[in-house]
Amino acid sequence: MKLRDVKDILDAEVFIGEDCLDLEVKTAFGADLMSDVLAFAKAGSMLLTGLTNTQVVRTANVLDIAAIILVRGKKPSSDTIELARQLNIPLLSTKYILFETAGRLYEKGIVGCLQKVETNSVRN
Amino acid sequence: MCETNDNLYQESFTIEGGNFNNAGIVSTSIKSILKKLGIPNDIVRKSAIVSYEAEINVVSYAKQGVVNVTVKPGRVQIEVIDEGPGIPNIELAMQEGYSTADRRIREMGFGAGMGLCNIKNYSDDFHITSEVGKGTHLIMTIQTP
Amino acid sequence: MKVETIVQALGLEVKCCRDQLGKEVTGGYTGDLLSDVMGNSREGYIWITRQVHQNIVAVASLKEHAGIILINSSQPTDDTLEKARTEQIPIMVSDLPAFEISGKVFNLLTSKT
Repeated sequence: MKLRDVKDILDAEVFIGEDCLDLEVKTAFGADLMSDVLAFAKAGSMLLTGLTNTQVVRTANVLDIAAIILVRGKKPSSDTIELARQLNIPLLSTKYILFETAGRLYEKGIVGCLQKVETNSVRN
Repeated sequence: MCETNDNLYQESFTIEGGNFNNAGIVSTSIKSILKKLGIPNDIVRKSAIVSYEAEINVVSYAKQGVVNVTVKPGRVQIEVIDEGPGIPNIELAMQEGYSTADRRIREMGFGAGMGLCNIKNYSDDFHITSEVGKGTHLIMTIQTP
Repeated sequence: MKVETIVQALGLEVKCCRDQLGKEVTGGYTGDLLSDVMGNSREGYIWITRQVHQNIVAVASLKEHAGIILINSSQPTDDTLEKARTEQIPIMVSDLPAFEISGKVFNLLTSKT
């Protein structure tokens, strides 16, 4: 699926990345805790989140996330938009809650991603 | 620079404690530098993740910190030294879910007690020492092929 | 749709309150920020989260959720389970990440209602 299809499925507003809508996407990761994203999300996935601060963009950059989808009609701050522009990470916003955003994308064939880090006894 | 110099690359950065607007800026720089050096993507990613979590910790808890990034044959080493409150019980702090984060940190999406676990899990070698009232010292090593 | 149907369809592990699986699920909410879930979820929703702290039971109880699904094989703490039994909130565990479990529950709910 292309990012353009994601935009249509979610009736999303594009803040950054209007020129990247032909990007191919297959997987998504939904979370509100950036440390979870850092622990589990795979490169090339879309990040679905209810957070809108600049750390979302930093996290996406660190992980080579394909695109950020803000849920629940959340609008990014101007700092967040500016950073996404600098780091060239598509930034979209949908009015759907995370549950429904995931549901609509899953229905159309996007799958979840879970990259298990080797656990060194810290997790039980 | 005085040690036996097999460094392919070395650079230091400073992190300003409490400045949440800039949190992550050092890791972003490290990532782009490592990329430019031609280091494989997964190594760059791991390096960026551990430095980012460490950077968030410095911003969240310390007055300031220094990050030394060294690329040597076979490994990337990231050292983070902060001037801060230190960690009284490292074993406890390493437990997943343990956190002393305040609301501001949690609102950023951090403070769930996973940072040090993430750092440990993504490092091939991880050392932590801390002195209460002085600061914390992390050394993360990521092997390169 | 009842909680039981979702448990069966997705093979969830029920951690407590098996006798409460007859509760009717009216929708779903996925989120890890308690204040967000407090503010935006509704009665009868099934809540999908990675938080395992006992505060999740307080939120679910106040909002009258049908149940809580923990993701990524997250295990509830003992005091969370104890509180859940008192408040009669069923807690289930899935080994799937939030995206996938949300996708599956959403599609179950929309296909059969």
